[in-house]
Amino acid sequence: MSSEQTPPDDQNVVTRRRLLLGVPLLGGAGICGVAFWKMLAGMQTGSFNPHDINAPVTGRPVPDFTLPDQTPGTGFATADLKALTRPVLINFFASWCIPCIAEMEALLTLQKQLPIWGVAYKDKPENAAGLLKHAGNPYARIGSDREGRVAIDWGVSGVPESFLIAPGGMIVWHSAAGLDSPEVRDSLKNALKAVGG
Amino acid sequence: MKALFHGKQMFRLKTGLLLVCLSAPVMAWAVDDPSEMLPDPKQERQAEAIGAQLRCLVCQNESIEDSSAGLARDLRKVVREHVARGESSQQVIDWMVARYGNFIRLSPPVTIATLLLWGMPVLALLIGIVSAVMIFRRRTATPEPLSEAERARLRELGDGR
Repeated sequence: MSSEQTPPDDQNVVTRRRLLLGVPLLGGAGICGVAFWKMLAGMQTGSFNPHDINAPVTGRPVPDFTLPDQTPGTGFATADLKALTRPVLINFFASWCIPCIAEMEALLTLQKQLPIWGVAYKDKPENAAGLLKHAGNPYARIGSDREGRVAIDWGVSGVPESFLIAPGGMIVWHSAAGLDSPEVRDSLKNALKAVGG
Repeated sequence: MKALFHGKQMFRLKTGLLLVCLSAPVMAWAVDDPSEMLPDPKQERQAEAIGAQLRCLVCQNESIEDSSAGLARDLRKVVREHVARGESSQQVIDWMVARYGNFIRLSPPVTIATLLLWGMPVLALLIGIVSAVMIFRRRTATPEPLSEAERARLRELGDGR
């Protein structure tokens, strides 16, 4: 075993090496910090929601579907959305869904600027009709998705869920949160502006 | 920023957890509903294996095979319809990913966004090795050399060479 003490020169090398090792660590911590800050800022403005399911259908044409009539409206199909000349909001709702009922008032205000087409999701037709009779009907057309199979093709994971369809039938915006939230409405307004609505 | 859980939410969370625990045997029942199963046991096993890899989007940490949520039941049905048509497991998973994104996969694929997630075990091991080596080096470097008197005593004890 050597009995020499480390000369001061070697100690300098060790300190320098330790500093060099610290640079990537500090850099990594810095990147994580900035990312975390961005995430928190996004949560506050509503542009980032960790519980949101980012529907991959956004940016795609509407899926193939046909929805039968739901009283008091008429059903619709893929071709109807592809024939659009102005933006339309598709809103999946159900009478058994409390957030949907909470959203109705916002939808009634919104339908003055933007036509809304509703889809009654896994709902008894008489129950869906009853809800619209009592809460008011914001929908220009209403289809019934009794089995919830059309909703799966849209990537719907729960009601309420809304999609903005641009003229020509392209899905340009999606929200899994209700439109009674001002953040969601702002986000929709921006998307609507982008497609000239 | 809002606090993570308010008192009321915490209460709701606790009640929710309690309900989940209490309803666990019931949930097992719901999933094992024989009318849901495919007649061919081989296809049923394939469907179960696919379902175990797919997230229930309502409960979010359960697979659709374990969940009794309405959507999970619908998705189980869809999986079985595809399997009965003779599709491969990959085809069924791709069909789901096309609609719900990678979020529906309980085990996320390796992409640039998930690189840190998948690389973390290796990264943690490397950090561990580097710190272990550094600590070990520092320890071996610190002891003061023995004085001549100490050496003599060590020899006396019969252990010095």
